[in-house]
Amino acid sequence: MTDWLLEATTTHMETVYCMPQSLSAQPTHYCPGCTHGVAHRLLAEALDELNMRERAILVAPVGCAVFAYQYFEVDGCEAPHGRAPAMATGLKRVQPDKIVITYQGDGDLASIGAGEILHAAARNEPITVIFINNAIYGMTGGQMAPTTLTGQRTTSSPFGREGEPLRMSELLAVLPQTAYIVRRSLHTPAHIRKAKKAILTALKVQQAGLGFSMVELLSSCPTNWGLTPPEALEWIEKHMLPVFPVGDYKVSEAVKEL
Amino acid sequence: MQHELIFAGFGGQGIMFSGQLLAYAAMDCGYHVTWIPSYGPEMRGGTAYCTVVIADHAIGSPVVKHPSIGVIFNAPSFDKFVPMLQPNGLLVYNQSLIPQRTSRQDLRIVPVPATERAPTPQLTNMVMLGALLTAKPILSLDALKAALETHMPSHRRNLLEANVEALSIGAQLAEQLLERL
Amino acid sequence: MSRELLKGNVAIAEAALRAGMYAYFGYPITPQTELLEHLARRMPELGRVFLQAESEIAAINMVYGAACAGVRTMTSSSSPGISLMQEGLSYIAASDLPCVVVDVMRGGPGLGNILPSQGDYFQVTRSAGHGDYHPIVLAPASVQEAVDLTVLAFDLADQYRHLVILAADGLIGQMMEPAELPPMRDLPTERPDYALTGAKGRPPRRIASFYLQAEAEEAYNQKIQARLARIRQSEQRSVEYFTDDAQILVVGYGSAGRIALSAVQQLREQGLPVGLFRPITLYPFPEARLRALTAQAAAILVVEMNAGQMLEDVRLVVAERVPVHFYGRMGGAVPMPEEIVNALRQILQTEVLS
Repeated sequence: MTDWLLEATTTHMETVYCMPQSLSAQPTHYCPGCTHGVAHRLLAEALDELNMRERAILVAPVGCAVFAYQYFEVDGCEAPHGRAPAMATGLKRVQPDKIVITYQGDGDLASIGAGEILHAAARNEPITVIFINNAIYGMTGGQMAPTTLTGQRTTSSPFGREGEPLRMSELLAVLPQTAYIVRRSLHTPAHIRKAKKAILTALKVQQAGLGFSMVELLSSCPTNWGLTPPEALEWIEKHMLPVFPVGDYKVSEAVKEL
Repeated sequence: MQHELIFAGFGGQGIMFSGQLLAYAAMDCGYHVTWIPSYGPEMRGGTAYCTVVIADHAIGSPVVKHPSIGVIFNAPSFDKFVPMLQPNGLLVYNQSLIPQRTSRQDLRIVPVPATERAPTPQLTNMVMLGALLTAKPILSLDALKAALETHMPSHRRNLLEANVEALSIGAQLAEQLLERL
Repeated sequence: MSRELLKGNVAIAEAALRAGMYAYFGYPITPQTELLEHLARRMPELGRVFLQAESEIAAINMVYGAACAGVRTMTSSSSPGISLMQEGLSYIAASDLPCVVVDVMRGGPGLGNILPSQGDYFQVTRSAGHGDYHPIVLAPASVQEAVDLTVLAFDLADQYRHLVILAADGLIGQMMEPAELPPMRDLPTERPDYALTGAKGRPPRRIASFYLQAEAEEAYNQKIQARLARIRQSEQRSVEYFTDDAQILVVGYGSAGRIALSAVQQLREQGLPVGLFRPITLYPFPEARLRALTAQAAAILVVEMNAGQMLEDVRLVVAERVPVHFYGRMGGAVPMPEEIVNALRQILQTEVLS
């Protein structure tokens, strides 16, 4: 670095953008155009802003985000497929002062782990769930997910999916005891800003001890959808939003007062 | 020395507690003892039984195929367990609820009108225990009374005297019967 | 401390919390349910964690989470429930985490029944989950031993950072016997150095069992194998009865072992040279002592409440130096001392007297 730049940096320039402290300084393995990276950044920014990094524990899933425990500068572990809410329950029950977060994909949360997420929500377990819904199994190479759209072709539904996708936010929101369940999307900057706010709220819900919080994020998978990254973002708008409307599915009275 | 007892009757007749009380008393007297219940889905209304083994040495099997002593509270248990008793074993049974007789000639048999003579039907089990320990003094009645005092659940303490009385009734019934024999 | 008349399941539960168990997660299944019920009352009384999980799968993963947090934790179940836990057991083992799992074995396979069995010997000793590892497995033969081994299970789990399974059977779980409980231990004031407690003033800690490169996974496996070698070296445990001059050696563990003792005592009273070798650790199998005893024996009789599972470990140790016979009952049937006496008489006739 030349002297004049160093001087400029230290004396005149204001930091307007930097790596969040809660994010590890290492490249991820995610495909180009995948919005997992956006979701990671939003969660890391939220942890920084709420000053939670030093008491956060992240439970990573099995799926594309299996390495999430390495991408955050927080204590982390990696759960068996679908079991993150159970593991998070164990972590949170023995140390209620920590912020325990699961980060799960749609196969992990809505298929093999449907029982664990349902009962964690039913117990109003005070954990925060970041639920990445991209309507497909990414890690194994594009098979049908529980959130795959009706008629959507995948490598395991080559003639188009029969039946209806599971709408997890709507499903869990019917449990009266839960605190905060919302769906957001990551396909435009405006939606991303709203997603960030929702993650902040979810973490505050946990901090305040109000109970179960989940932010579902509609996410892109250009590789397995067979689309370019911009096309994939359009696909979210055109095909996913009508089936998975963004919105607040559960905001308890206590959460509204936050 | 080793005694193998089976207590059998309806669920709700205090079968399990009778066996446990005897086991407590045996433990307090310094014996080795095991108590094992029949356990299963048929918890209510079905046949309930437990097995108690008392010995002056370490006990091998807590499960007993041919008990040396049967303490039988109702008719279905009589049919089921009397044939399984060891030859020369002892049978103490609740005559009030068991009309049938056994053809076995190789048992000492003590019929006790326990339910009729119990101060309340709930104390049938104590009458039976009193009769048992009189017919076969494995332990003294005093040891059993002491066990009652020590191990009776606190919310049942008000029934202690009635239990002791029922034990004595059972003992008297057995004495009278043994005199007649 | 004085002796109390305790049911096996209750005794294990009480011993666990006195040994410093801070968190218990479980799911009801006969014949272990009294264990869960006891802790449902006692753990909240002590301000500790009790949770009835939605399944055995969830229960073992809650244990996994609590073990990550560095506290003493336990679950309990019976055979079909242990089958459901296999995945979590493997992850816990592959994360170098201590925890204790109680298996009150019942008749199987399938739904089987709720009667006592030792049909899970393979399941619990042969890795209890996918991958190359063995849990430490302890087999109590009385309520007192169940108490003592529960405490030992927690200590061994912490000492080796390893999974420990207490393999009891329905008889041990359901039976009441006099036993003395251990004193209440204080909970540790500090968490171990691997615990996920939040990265405050230190680099983040990460617990996972994921190695994409074969070399890395193999190196990790070698670490587990080295630990198992240390465990095999130091932790073989067994009890012997009348083995000094035994020509026929009975080998049995847990309930089958104590029942076999009745048979051995009967024959000893008649002056016959029989003895009993009762393994306490099913893994590591107490091969050193058994090998020593094999040198003087003319024959061995393995007694189990299954179709012959430990039998394989005995045969590996004996290596055809002497004949190995087997007597087993299955499906919840319990062998009676007389049956074992008969089996022993036959062997005496063919192997010793002839």
